[in-house]
Parts: sequence; structure tokens; C-alpha cells
Amino acid sequence: MNDLAEIISRNADSIRKQWMAEMSGSVQRTDLMSKTELDEQCRAILESIIEGVKTSGPTNVSGPGWDTARQLLQEISASRARQGFSPTEVATFVLSLKQALFSAIRTAHTTAKNQDQLFDTVWAATELVDRLALITTEAFTATREELIVRQQQELLELSTPVVKLWDGILALPIIGTLDSSRTQVVMENLLQTVVATNSKYAIIDITGVPTVDTLVAQHLLKTITAARLMGAECIISGVRPQIAQTIVHLGINLEDVITKAKLSDAFALALQRSGRAVVRQGPERASGISSLLVKKEE
Amino acid sequence: MDRIPVLRMGSLLLITIQVDMHDKLALQLQDDVTHRITEYGSTGVLIDISSLEIVDSFIGRMLANVAAMSRVLGAETVVVGMQPAVAITLVELGMSLPGVRTALSVEAGMELLLTAAAETAYGFDDERSQA
Repeated sequence: MNDLAEIISRNADSIRKQWMAEMSGSVQRTDLMSKTELDEQCRAILESIIEGVKTSGPTNVSGPGWDTARQLLQEISASRARQGFSPTEVATFVLSLKQALFSAIRTAHTTAKNQDQLFDTVWAATELVDRLALITTEAFTATREELIVRQQQELLELSTPVVKLWDGILALPIIGTLDSSRTQVVMENLLQTVVATNSKYAIIDITGVPTVDTLVAQHLLKTITAARLMGAECIISGVRPQIAQTIVHLGINLEDVITKAKLSDAFALALQRSGRAVVRQGPERASGISSLLVKKEE
Repeated sequence: MDRIPVLRMGSLLLITIQVDMHDKLALQLQDDVTHRITEYGSTGVLIDISSLEIVDSFIGRMLANVAAMSRVLGAETVVVGMQPAVAITLVELGMSLPGVRTALSVEAGMELLLTAAAETAYGFDDERSQA
């Protein structure tokens, strides 16, 4: 099989040129990377491929001779994933090498009469390029996967603020679906803030929770029970009509929990329980047409 | 230390748990609390567990037991100062301590017990609170 290695190393320059030309037709993204950079990458990859074919043979891509090539391809596709290339563009980067390789093989075999040998070489080249493309795609996906995990982590930290509404009254607006890992973060955040601010009332607002099923309800009840054990009282607010219906249909028992339709209702209840009241001290200060409207209303 | 001190504060009993609980200590505590309640005619028991970092189901059960025993003897129990990690652990263990009252601090707990005592003072057991 060293036939292929020989062909590649002898025609390295022309293969690279054709490879570049092939790519410029379909995937070259001048907005994301310069031509010289691409040229540099192609040269490095070709060199590592020659080394691989020579030492470990063209089909044994997982062999030790291919280490440099594998690493190089993984690095390149990882950096492309971060730069925002599409999967097609990254895969085509390697696949367009095929055309260049084939034409190099063809010129090398013009004089040879042995059709079998030609076919063997072509097949080896196809297999090689396909495997390299697979490595590239795998690395690309892995990088994207990493990106998603990191974003999830960030979202988890961002999305659970505990705000102080009044002295001794906390609010916890939950936005998005409550799963087990999020409940853990929400619970810890809430309980820590309860201790830090010495708050007796905590309002959990679920206006931003799209659906409440038995699991979500169980997570909520856990949080409420933990808060109760510490001596804080929880009020659930922001129960939308649909959610109220779902809760009853599912037979979820929220008897021991105080629930309110709006955050303002829950806040008023918390104020009342802590012996406070909000009193209007005078007429509302408004100007122009809105003041007329208010007067009329009164 | 082979027993947890039970302090008397007027009509209340104050228990501060500051060491790791083990079986013998817990049984001794239950014994002490029940005896003190009958001895002093206490109307409330306050258990401060703010320095307790680790709990297991046994301690959770002990707290529930003390509360139930006190109630039988006519005293309310308040557990105060539970740490967030402790609360989460108890919930994960499935122990929500339904019969136990809770408060954030000793102050708040004492206020709760005194209000409860004042409410029951109008009831049937006013002769004991006068005693």
C-alpha cells in the first residue's frame, strides 16, 4: 500500500493546490479565516497524512503513526466549531481532499496497465479520507457538546435569583422548567438567603414555569418543607389558571401550602402576617390627562 | 459530656444541642425533657440546633419524638436555627417533622412559644400556667 504514500508525497504540492481550489468553490469562508491560514493548515495536514500512510498504512487510522494527523484534525475542527462553521463546511474541508487525491492517483497511473492496482489505490484513498472526515466530525460534535454543557451550567447559575422584597420577606421568581438539578440549586440558594437575611416569609413565584407536573410539584414541596424546617414560611404565587386546573386534575396535594394567583397577593399576605400594612397617604401624584382619568374613576 | 443540659427559663425549657448526637445521648435527653416538664410545669420546649451540622434519620426521629412527648405532657416544642444543609438532608430522608414547630432564631422561637402559651392561658389549663 506504500503506493499511496509515494503518490501523495511526490505530488504534495499539486494535491494541496487542487485541494485549496476545490474548497474555494464550496466552503471557503473568507469572513472566518484567511487564505494563508487555510493554506498553512492544509500543508500541516498533508504532511501528517504522509507520515501516517508511511508508518501505519492508509487504513489503520487509529494506529500510532496517525497520532499527529488525528490530533491536528481534532484541533482544527474544534477551533472551527468555536468559530461558528457549519458541520457541512467542516466535513467538506476534509472530503474535498478526495478529488485532489484521485487526480494525483490518475496521473501516476496513466502509463500503468494494471487496473487492479489502480482500483486498490483509489479504494485505499477513499477509505482514508472518509475516516479522516469521521474523526473531524466527531471532534466537531464533541466541541459543540462541551459548549452546550457549559451554557447549561451558566444558565443554571443565572436563573435562580433570590430577591428581598421587604425586611423579612423574600421572593424567588422561578423561570423555566424545574428539574432535579435546578431544584437543588434553587433550594440551596433560598435556604441560604433565608438564614443570611433572617427572613420569615419566602414567596416562590412560578409565573415563569411553563408546566407543573407531579415531579415539579414534588420538587416545590421539598423546597417548602425544607424552608419550614428552618422556620420560614413559603407562599407559592403566580399560579396560572391552566396550572391550577392541571394540579387538580393530577391530584397533587397542595393543601398544606399557601397558594396565591399573583405575586402581589402573596406579598400582601406576607405583610399582613408580619403585622404590617400598606397605607395610601394621599391622592396619587399624576399629571395631565392621567390625573383627570384617576379623578373620574374615584 | 454524657448529657445535654436542659435549662429552665421561666415557663420554658431551653435545650441547646452542640455536640454530635448519638443513641445514648438522645435517649438521655428524652428522659430529661419529660422529667423537667413535669417537674417545672413548663409550657414550652425550645430546641436550638444551630450548631448541628450533621443529621441522620435517627436525630430527625428524636426531634419528632421529643415534640410528641412534650405535647402529651401539655408543652409545645419549637426547633430553632436549623442549617440549610440539615434541612435539605432531612427532606431528602423523607422526614418533614409534621408535628414540630420551627423558627429561625431562639428569639423568634421564644416569641412563638410565649404567644402560644398566652393563647392557651385563656383555655382549660390556666390553673397550671398560674402555678
